[in-house]
Amino acid sequence: MRFLDSFLGKIGGWVLAGLNQSGGMLIFFLKSLFWLLRPPFRFRLLFRQMEFVGVKSINVVILTGLFTGAVFALQSYYGFAMFGAESLVGSTVALALTRELAPVLTSLMVTGRAGSAMAAEIGTMRVTEQIDALTAMAVNPIQYLVAPRMLAGIIMLPLLTVLTNYIGILGSYVVGVKMLDISEGIFVQNIYTYLAMTDITMGLIKAAVFGLILSVVGCYQGYVTAGGAEGVGRATTRAVVLACILILATDYFLTAVMF
Amino acid sequence: MEHAAITVKNLFKSFNGQNILNDLSLLIPRRQTTVIIGRSGDGKSVFLKHLIGLLKPDRGQILIGKDDITVLGEAALNRVRRKFGMLFQDAALFDSMTVARNVAFPLREHSRLKPKEIMEQVLFRLDQVGLNGAENKMPSELSGGMRKRAGLARALALDPEIMLVDEPTTGLDPIMTQAINQLLKETQARLNLTSVIISHDLRGAFYLAHSIVMISKGRVVAQGSPEEIKNSGDPFVRQFLEAGLEGPPEAS
Ligand SMILES: Nc1ncnc2c1ncn2[C@@H]1O[C@H](COP(=O)(O)OP(=O)(O)O)[C@@H](O)[C@H]1O
Ligand SMILES: [Mg+2]
Repeated sequence: MRFLDSFLGKIGGWVLAGLNQSGGMLIFFLKSLFWLLRPPFRFRLLFRQMEFVGVKSINVVILTGLFTGAVFALQSYYGFAMFGAESLVGSTVALALTRELAPVLTSLMVTGRAGSAMAAEIGTMRVTEQIDALTAMAVNPIQYLVAPRMLAGIIMLPLLTVLTNYIGILGSYVVGVKMLDISEGIFVQNIYTYLAMTDITMGLIKAAVFGLILSVVGCYQGYVTAGGAEGVGRATTRAVVLACILILATDYFLTAVMF
Repeated sequence: MEHAAITVKNLFKSFNGQNILNDLSLLIPRRQTTVIIGRSGDGKSVFLKHLIGLLKPDRGQILIGKDDITVLGEAALNRVRRKFGMLFQDAALFDSMTVARNVAFPLREHSRLKPKEIMEQVLFRLDQVGLNGAENKMPSELSGGMRKRAGLARALALDPEIMLVDEPTTGLDPIMTQAINQLLKETQARLNLTSVIISHDLRGAFYLAHSIVMISKGRVVAQGSPEEIKNSGDPFVRQFLEAGLEGPPEAS
């Protein structure tokens, strides 16, 4: 009984803490949105963040796309070969990539690279009073720090996902056509037949939502950092874990709604 | 008489159920230096952050001139904030920007100066605090004393009426301490500023202050001219002075 009580108490505590966090994050998001839509518009900061979130993620995204497409082609080939449907490998990979794998994997990779950096950077600014300094100089820190990062996430993740799509399909082409000798014409033809424009756009909409999630979670965890350098470390870890979980959970609901 | 620059009435603030400011009331006179002394953890920084609206009190009023900033919205509060320059305890320089960019920051945000004029201003301010030649350094390349100077240059960039300074000399060697104190005194006199300085360093406090305020446990326990404080019979003040001026050097 006593064990059960303390167990339930713990779970209750987690649930409350979770609700508290999500509430805080939601308010934070709404504030960021509010400040994003008000002048002054800081294009220079936006471009810098777009470069950081997008351009600097290109290498990571290329590798992710290449190996995902390649391994997925390999796996589906073994399955399809059992009933002589090897020609469907290309279209299967293309569908899975555009609808699911590319937006999710790209976002998870960028979370690890840029979401964590946002938490660390803003967290450091919090504990060294740089955020207070902004406020004291009559500059709203949410507008200055968070709004550009949030917008950069929303803009760049779909673009990166387009890249992942291309590279992933290229990877599956190399494995399927060059290594496993699937006929090139059929491989490509099936992709055109089965892949619809909505598959791609839905995937890109997902990516935009994930970009929003990873930047808001990263910025929020940084923003509420307390407790010096150690606190910054905790904030960074929490930003990555939380953003990844939220991305995966949101993916389920978006998929359920969209397809 | 001219009304006070800052009037604080019955300020209360608690964190997690712990009272940090406890019915604190205080008048800060215009165009003078007021030095706030007290023990570590007694709420001095918390108090200073209230003056510029970084923290909101649980109860009480803070009048800057005649505006009660505890009830102002963000936009109005920001108008009041532009009267202030603040030097934080560890300078709080933006570590992603060069020293020059740090000093230029308030000018770029709030003045209509052209980039060239801003650069001139920046060099002039850096010269004033004895940092010529450091404009292209990053904050991480500066010593503690240089960071304080750069922070001071940034705080003064927009010609504030009121300067807030949190422990300008804590952690500095005695020579740098003296240099910073001189700089603060000169600056106050030259610009005729209202200046509020928190200090652990009693010698510095007596050197700088037109009036000294002693805070303990979140309220004012003594206020007066340096002479009055020096001759105070209050046992708490005496104990603090004896420890600070005659006892072993304080590790702060
Ligand atoms: N944002 C905060 N949240 C919780 N507690 C705080 C916060 N800021 C300050 N405190 C607490 O208030 C007390 C006074 O702090 P402070 O004003 O920094 O002291 P000092 O007089 O040394 O400047 C300390 O116990 C500190 O832990
Ligand atoms: Mg302090």
